[in-house]
Amino acid sequence: MNHHPTIKPPSHARTLAQSHFRTLRLGTPFQPRIDALGFKQDWYSWAGYRAPHSLWDEELEYFAIRSQAALFDISPMTKYRIEGPDAEAYLDRVTLRDVTRLKPGRVHYTAWCADDGFVLDDGTLFRLSPTRFRLCSQERHLPWLLDSAFQYDVGVEEETEAVAGLALQGPTSFAILRDAGFAGIERLKVFDLAEFPHDGTSVTISRTGFTGDLGYELFAPADKALSLWDRLMAAGEPRGIRAIGYTALNRARLEAGLIVANADFTTSEHAIRTDRLRMPDEIGLGFMIDPEKGHFNGRRAILEARAKKRLRHMLVGLEIEGNIPAEHAIVYYRRNQEVGLVSAAMWSPMAKRNIALASLQRPYGDTIADDLWVEIYAMRELQYQKLMKRAKVVPRPFVKLDRRTANPPADF
Amino acid sequence: MTSSDLNWDAIVIGGGHNGLVAAATLAKSGRKVVLLEAGNEVGGAARTEEFAPGFRVSTVAHLLNRLHPDVTKTLELEHHGLKVERGDFVPSVALSKDGPLVLHGAYGEVLAGASPSEQSAWKELRAQLLRYAGILKPFLSRRPPDLAGMSLAEMTGLGQTALALKKLGREDMRDFLRVLLMNVYDLLDEQLSDDRLKGLLAFDATLGSHLGPRSPTSLLGLYYRLAGEIGGLAGAQMQPKGGMGTIVAAIRAAAEKAGVSIRQASPVAKVIVEKGRAVGVVTQSGEMLRAKTVVSAINPATTILDLVGPREVDTGFVRKVKNIRMKGDAAKLHLALDRPPQFAGVDAAGHTGRLVIAPSPDHVERAFNPSKYGEFSPEPVMEITLPSLVDASLAPSGACVLSAVVQYAPYALKEGWSAGKPQFLKAIMAQLEIYAPGIGATVRHAELLTPADIEIRYRMPGGQWHHGELQADQMLMSRPVSGWSGYDTPLEGLFLAGAGSHPGGGISGAPGLNAARRIIAMKA
Repeated sequence: MNHHPTIKPPSHARTLAQSHFRTLRLGTPFQPRIDALGFKQDWYSWAGYRAPHSLWDEELEYFAIRSQAALFDISPMTKYRIEGPDAEAYLDRVTLRDVTRLKPGRVHYTAWCADDGFVLDDGTLFRLSPTRFRLCSQERHLPWLLDSAFQYDVGVEEETEAVAGLALQGPTSFAILRDAGFAGIERLKVFDLAEFPHDGTSVTISRTGFTGDLGYELFAPADKALSLWDRLMAAGEPRGIRAIGYTALNRARLEAGLIVANADFTTSEHAIRTDRLRMPDEIGLGFMIDPEKGHFNGRRAILEARAKKRLRHMLVGLEIEGNIPAEHAIVYYRRNQEVGLVSAAMWSPMAKRNIALASLQRPYGDTIADDLWVEIYAMRELQYQKLMKRAKVVPRPFVKLDRRTANPPADF
Repeated sequence: MTSSDLNWDAIVIGGGHNGLVAAATLAKSGRKVVLLEAGNEVGGAARTEEFAPGFRVSTVAHLLNRLHPDVTKTLELEHHGLKVERGDFVPSVALSKDGPLVLHGAYGEVLAGASPSEQSAWKELRAQLLRYAGILKPFLSRRPPDLAGMSLAEMTGLGQTALALKKLGREDMRDFLRVLLMNVYDLLDEQLSDDRLKGLLAFDATLGSHLGPRSPTSLLGLYYRLAGEIGGLAGAQMQPKGGMGTIVAAIRAAAEKAGVSIRQASPVAKVIVEKGRAVGVVTQSGEMLRAKTVVSAINPATTILDLVGPREVDTGFVRKVKNIRMKGDAAKLHLALDRPPQFAGVDAAGHTGRLVIAPSPDHVERAFNPSKYGEFSPEPVMEITLPSLVDASLAPSGACVLSAVVQYAPYALKEGWSAGKPQFLKAIMAQLEIYAPGIGATVRHAELLTPADIEIRYRMPGGQWHHGELQADQMLMSRPVSGWSGYDTPLEGLFLAGAGSHPGGGISGAPGLNAARRIIAMKA
């Protein structure tokens, strides 16, 4: 008889502890609310979390960003808490931009590189106090950040799960926050951050975003996520607040000319092929390099590549004739010489232009910027129509909105 | 902080023999050089020191077998007191209960005490070992190949190696490649049968590294040993009169003659870095010295992690430096004896040589085994010299000095060295008593330096005399770390010139010379 008296049925606690495999994609702290709104059931995996491409209608979600207010769950974004007496010096060594010039209560967009000067990731750095920072990024970097902390008096902790994040973006976002009772929100200028009381604790609100529009990002303890969502939704109802998915956000960010790691460039730890690695100068982040600041990772390699003119690529904004998006189209010089690839493209309703981001091989895009073409394959009823369209290198952002930076922010 | 008025062309940190060689070579090229030594005297691990009243000994390195001929020539050491004569070469004696085996001349040109068939097998193996070591020898005096950007000279050098390989002939070349990364144990089994000879070779291959004879790649250690030469003879060895200190004295004299300013008791606290460039140093007493070039001939990890600090270099580089393996596994024993010991069956000439207790390869392997788990060998293997028999001035009249390198003594001993040291000394003395009965009763004073002691006394992290394990993964372009093996560092103006750099440790002067040549070539 196959009788095993010692094997007990699994206890409830044990089952719970081992249930991770039952959830292929984790939920964020906002998942109950998002699931309730996710009529399209159009999910994707964002760093292991179940995130919506679109909840109800991607066109209308996009216009919520530009005409009303859009609520987007950014909890899956990787977040690190970096704290200690040496936090400033540590981050100044790890990241490209001068952290000594980032004042408490401010945020800046930055990037970081490996020894060889190739970009590991880009992200935002929040200075919460003189000695406390939050670094947000697309990819995970804990081993790198911990190894970088050697001989610094600093603690580095991943807080992705502990901190829930929301982006509230769009013209009415300021009014919604004010109406929701976040007193003093009008004082936040672009890239400012402050703490506001919420539900017995506090929420960090920064005037930042990924849309090029007036907007804010809110960070709260995970257990206060739902009450924060409800507070915003209640206050935002009269001002057209809508939850949105990534497709809409992706359009807005392209209009704003912002790049996405592992979409517009391959991060150094993901790249398998050596010619896919990118230095900051090769993806439009050269402005972050400050040779005058203290040492930072990749400094030697980056300055050497500059001095020896070894920069091979160039990330540019393109304006393409016509109205057919040129997504992943090949870029040609004089219609026949392949010089690059479009990484993101759309017809911009705001700019009323056909826009794109593209990586070109220098000198194209750098010193040779005319006579560029893109080859668009437009599928028309099971037949490709090949279009060779003229492309012009144009400055980014493609769309510049005064309301993004207006002080005080306008009451729409 | 005071600032020195003088501005130097080069500051050399560390007055070990490599630091002295680098400083002297740079000074001979017309540079104004200052050398800063932390200790009260220069010489590092190549000093003759008094360890008991009237008893002096070469405290770490005690045999001269690889002083590089380019060093001797470049610094004209023969004009500064270096004497190497064929008559100074000493034999190696493999001690055994079955009676000793003696390797005369340069690493056993003549083998005494073995059967005729073993003698002819040895003749063949010795020739092969020297031939193969000879292929690697040119690498000793060159920068490791720079895989990222090779110069024409480097290409030519590699080309010559390829040519040398080809000149071996097809069979020999194939065999060279076959055995290159082999363990010494299996190779010896292929060709020899006398355990005494095999034990000696197994010991030599693993001397100074954390490897047993059966560990993969252990044969490389023997090649490293045999790539060394003295007086133009590969594999030869001598006990310098006056101890290793006289070799350093000759190098020091050459350095001073060339105009090097030597400052003892001047430990460096920090390398000054400005915008990615090393521009000088601050001493522990607060003095600031500036120079175009800073050469560190001390441990690479100490240099980067302590003197430069991780803030001035990249995370990936710090990772690599932190990962350099350098936990010593060899101890050094100094005995002050009432009278010269008598090793059974060994003649007078043998007593002036190198006496090795490693009766079989299995014995060496068994000695190694416990060290993997943080325990010392219960029956340690060792290399013994009696320097006062070569130079009577090293001991009081009638008395004798014994110097021995003893394995295996893991740096991180599980029980801790304060508890373990007396036990280990007892284990060593028990071995000595077997081969030199009665020696224990004549011991007037014993000094045992464990890797932990060597670490502190000689500023060698881990007590590892190569300043980094000398194994395949930490050799050539991976020494001290991959990507930075050519004596330069990520900091412009900062160079590494110690044993932690290619080719490695031993009294060769090669890292110091190669580093200096690199610096001189860069300016050209």
